[in-house]
Amino acid sequence: MSSRAEILAAVRKNQPSSPAPLPDTQKFWHEVDDVYAQFNIILSGIGGKVLEIKNWEAGQEYLKEHFNGRIVSTLEGFEPLPESDPHALADVELCVLQAQFAVAENGAIWITNSALRQRAAAFIPQHLAVLLKKSDIVPTMHHAYARIGSADYDFGVFIAGPSKTADIEQSLVLGAHGPRTMTVLVLNE
Amino acid sequence: MTKTLAQHPDLADRFNRDENRVDWHDQTLWWVRQKRDRAAHTLETDWEALRQAASDIKDNVLANLADYLEQFERAAQANGAIVHWATDAAEHNRIVLGLLQSVGATRMIKSKSMLTEECDLNDFLAQNGIEVIDTDLGERIIQLAEEGPSHIVMPCIHKKKEEISDLFHEHLGTEAGNADPQYLTEAARGHLRDKFLTRKAALTGVNFAIAETGEFVVCTNEGNADMGAHLADIHIACMGMEKIIPQRAHLGVFLRLLARSATGQPITTYSSHFRRPAAGKALHIVIVDNGRSRQLGREEFRNSLKCIRCGACMNTCPVYRRSGGHSYHNAVGGPIGAILAPNLDMHQFADLPYASTLCGSCSNVCPVKINIHEQLYLWRQELTRSGHATQGKKAAMGLAAWVLSNPRIYRLAGKMGRWAMRNLPFSINNRFNPWYKQRELPAPPKASFREWYLKNRVK
Amino acid sequence: MKVGLFIPCYVDQFYPQVGIATLELLEKLGCEVGFPLQQTCCGQPMANSGFSHLSSGCDENFVQNFRDFDYIVGPSGSCVLHIKEHLHSQAAPAEADQMRLRVYELCEFLIDVLKVATLSARFPQRVGLHQSCHGQRGLFLSSMSERMEPGFSKPGQLLGMVQDLDLVELTRGDECCGFGGTFSVMEEAVSVKMGKDRLADHLKNQVEVITGADMSCLMHLEGILRRQNSPVKIKHIAEILNAN
Repeated sequence: MSSRAEILAAVRKNQPSSPAPLPDTQKFWHEVDDVYAQFNIILSGIGGKVLEIKNWEAGQEYLKEHFNGRIVSTLEGFEPLPESDPHALADVELCVLQAQFAVAENGAIWITNSALRQRAAAFIPQHLAVLLKKSDIVPTMHHAYARIGSADYDFGVFIAGPSKTADIEQSLVLGAHGPRTMTVLVLNE
Repeated sequence: MTKTLAQHPDLADRFNRDENRVDWHDQTLWWVRQKRDRAAHTLETDWEALRQAASDIKDNVLANLADYLEQFERAAQANGAIVHWATDAAEHNRIVLGLLQSVGATRMIKSKSMLTEECDLNDFLAQNGIEVIDTDLGERIIQLAEEGPSHIVMPCIHKKKEEISDLFHEHLGTEAGNADPQYLTEAARGHLRDKFLTRKAALTGVNFAIAETGEFVVCTNEGNADMGAHLADIHIACMGMEKIIPQRAHLGVFLRLLARSATGQPITTYSSHFRRPAAGKALHIVIVDNGRSRQLGREEFRNSLKCIRCGACMNTCPVYRRSGGHSYHNAVGGPIGAILAPNLDMHQFADLPYASTLCGSCSNVCPVKINIHEQLYLWRQELTRSGHATQGKKAAMGLAAWVLSNPRIYRLAGKMGRWAMRNLPFSINNRFNPWYKQRELPAPPKASFREWYLKNRVK
Repeated sequence: MKVGLFIPCYVDQFYPQVGIATLELLEKLGCEVGFPLQQTCCGQPMANSGFSHLSSGCDENFVQNFRDFDYIVGPSGSCVLHIKEHLHSQAAPAEADQMRLRVYELCEFLIDVLKVATLSARFPQRVGLHQSCHGQRGLFLSSMSERMEPGFSKPGQLLGMVQDLDLVELTRGDECCGFGGTFSVMEEAVSVKMGKDRLADHLKNQVEVITGADMSCLMHLEGILRRQNSPVKIKHIAEILNAN
C-alpha cells in the first residue's frame, strides 16, 4: 500500500463521525465608521507610514525626494519592474507597487502576482511603497476574503508594515530580511 | 533496556538554579501574554465567538479530514504543485532529501517549520551531506548555538542578547561585546541575504492549507519564507496533515486569531498565499502523518490536532515560564507539547502531562479552544492504564486510596500523622521531604475538625 | 434547606478553624447544616496522579455520606470541582450524577443559592485575594484574564461586604500559585518558585492577610511565608466572612 493510501485509510478509520457543521461567520461582519482612520492608526502603530496624496504625480515626487538609489515600479514614472530573474532585484532600494485593497483592522494591504509582476518584488527591496485608493479599504478580514472571493491568483500576500523581528529578547527591530520601511500612499479620488 | 531520560522535574530544577534568569524568562513571556490580551481586547465583542468559530471549523476538518486531504491534493495538483505523502518522520526526511538530490542541491535554506523540528530534518540532511541554513532569526541563532528551539514562535526566547552577541561574534564576526538587538539583527540580515541570493532550494512550513483551492498560507514577520521561496528554483512546503482548512474564507477567522494570540500583533507582517509555482520553478508539498492519524483516533486527545501553533499556551503557562522550553525535551514544549508528545512516545514523554498544575489558563487563551488542561488530566490516566507509572507510585497510590476510602483508617492515620508532626517533627521535616525543602508544613492541630464537631456539636 | 458540610480531608486534619468558620457562617445565614461523620476525601489526589480508577472507594463513601442533603457545600474549590466533574458511583449511578449538580463551593453557594447581599462581618486589614485556579477557571467563581468577558468575582463580591476590609489589586490578578496537588512535591522547584512569585505580588502591594477560597493553595503559600519568617498571615475566606 502506498503511503498516501495508508494515511488516508488510517484517517478514514479514525476520524470522528460527528456531523460538525461549519459555523456562520456573518456575525463578525461589522462595519467601521471611518475605515481609513482605522487603517492609518493600525498601520502606523506597526511601523508603517501612511501618507495621503492628491494625485499620483505628487506621490512620485514624494518618493523621488525621500528615496535614493534604484527605484523600480509597476506604475508609471519609475524604472519598470523587470519580469526576469528575481536575483536582478537584489540592489533595488525602493519598489513601488499598487495594492489591490487594504484591511482597516490590521493595516494589511493585499496584492497578487499580477500586480507584483515578480513575487520577490515585495520582499527583496530595501524599502517598499504601495499606492492604495482610499475607497479600497475594507473593515475586517472577513470582508477581505469576501472581496478576494474565488480570485484566480498564483500567489497573493497580505503585507502589514515593514519586515520585522523581535527574536532577540523581544526587542522589536524593523527590517529583518525584507523591506525596512513600508510607505502607503493613499490616493483620495 | 530502558534509556535514562532527562525528566521535566530535573530539567526544571536545573533551570531554577539561576533565579534571576527564571524571573527574566517569566517576565519576558508574561509581557507577550499581556500583548496578546491587549490585541484580543481590540476585538472584545467578537473574540470568544471567533475562538468558537475557529474551533468549530477545526471540528469540521477533523470529521472530514480524509476528504479534505484528497480535495486539497487534487486542487494542488491542478495548480501545478507536486504532492507527496509521508507516514512518518523518516519518510518525510527521505522525501525532502530525494527532492534535493533530484535537482542536485547540496545547500538549502529553510524558514521556520516546527514539523521539520519534530522530524529532526536538519540532522538527517546534515548526515546526508546537505547544508541547511535556518533563516528565521531566532532559528538561526539556536542553529549557531547547536540547540533546539525553546518556543514554537520565539525559538531563542531563552537566550540573552549578550549570549547572542557572543555567538554572532564567533560565527558572523560582529564586534565583541556589542549586544544591541538592532546591530545584531542587521548583521544577521547581511549574513542571510547572501544565503537567500545563492541557494537554489528553499523549504518552508505551512500555516494553513486550503482544501477548496489547493493553496497554502505561510505567515512570517521577517519575510524569510518569501525571500527563500521566491529566490529559489525549488520550493518544498512541509505540512502536518491537520493544517487543512476547508475554504479560503475561513482564513478570515484564523488570520484574525493567529497573530493576536501569538504575539499581540493584529496580523503577521506577511501572510503569503502560495497557489501555483512561479514560471519555470517547482513547488512540492509534503503532507505528513507522523502519529497524527493515531491521535485522531484517540477520542479524548484528537482535539489537540486543532492547534494552529500560536504559542499562546506557552506564554500563559506559569510552569513553562518558570521551567523553560527545553525542560519539555521535545520539539514542541509547553502545555500543547505536553499533550502532543505522549502520542509520539508514551515512554519518553510520560513526565510531561505532570508538568502542570492543571490551572486551566492554557485552555482559555487557546484560540481554537483546545481543552489542554483537561487533556493533561486524561493523559495521566492513559499513561497509568498503559503501564507508564512507576512501581513506587502505584504502591503509594494504592495505599492512599485504601486509607482515604476507609473512614476509620483515614481518621487513625490523620491522628497518628498529626501526633508525629508535633512530637517527632524530624520524621517529616527532613531533606527527603520535597515539601520541606523550601516550605514549612502546616502546624498540626491537636483536634481535627471532626473531633471538634463531635465535642461541640454532637450531644 | 438542608446543607451537607463537606470538609475536605486536609482541612479536617490541618485547618479545623476553616471548617468551624464555614459551619458558623452557614448557620448564621439560616442554613440547617449537617456534617456527615464518615466523610474522608473527594478522591482527587489519586485522580490527578493518573489513578482515577482508584478513587471509586472515595466516590462511594462520598455518595453514602451526602445523599440526604439538598446542597453539599465545601470550603475548597478544587475538591468541589473534582466532585462536580468526576463523582461516579457503581452502587447508585443516578444518585451520584444528581449529587454533582448539588455540590457547591462556599462562595458560589453564598452568592448563587443564598443570594447573600450583606454580611455582618468586620475585618479591618489590608487583604490580598488569591484566585485559586480550580475555583476560578473550573467553577467560574471569577472572570478570568484570559477571556474577553465582563469582569466579576464572587469571592471579591463577598469580601466587598465585609466592613473595614481593604482589598488590594494585584499586578497579576489570577496567576496560579504552583500548588497543584502532587505537583507541589514532584515539581518542587517550579512549584516553590511559582508560590514565591505569587507572594511577591501580594507583598509588593503591602497586604497584611492573604485569603482565598481554597485552603490547599493557601497551605502552600503559608508554608513559604513561614519559611521566610514573614509577618503576613493566611486566612481562608470563610474565616474573614465569619469574622466579627
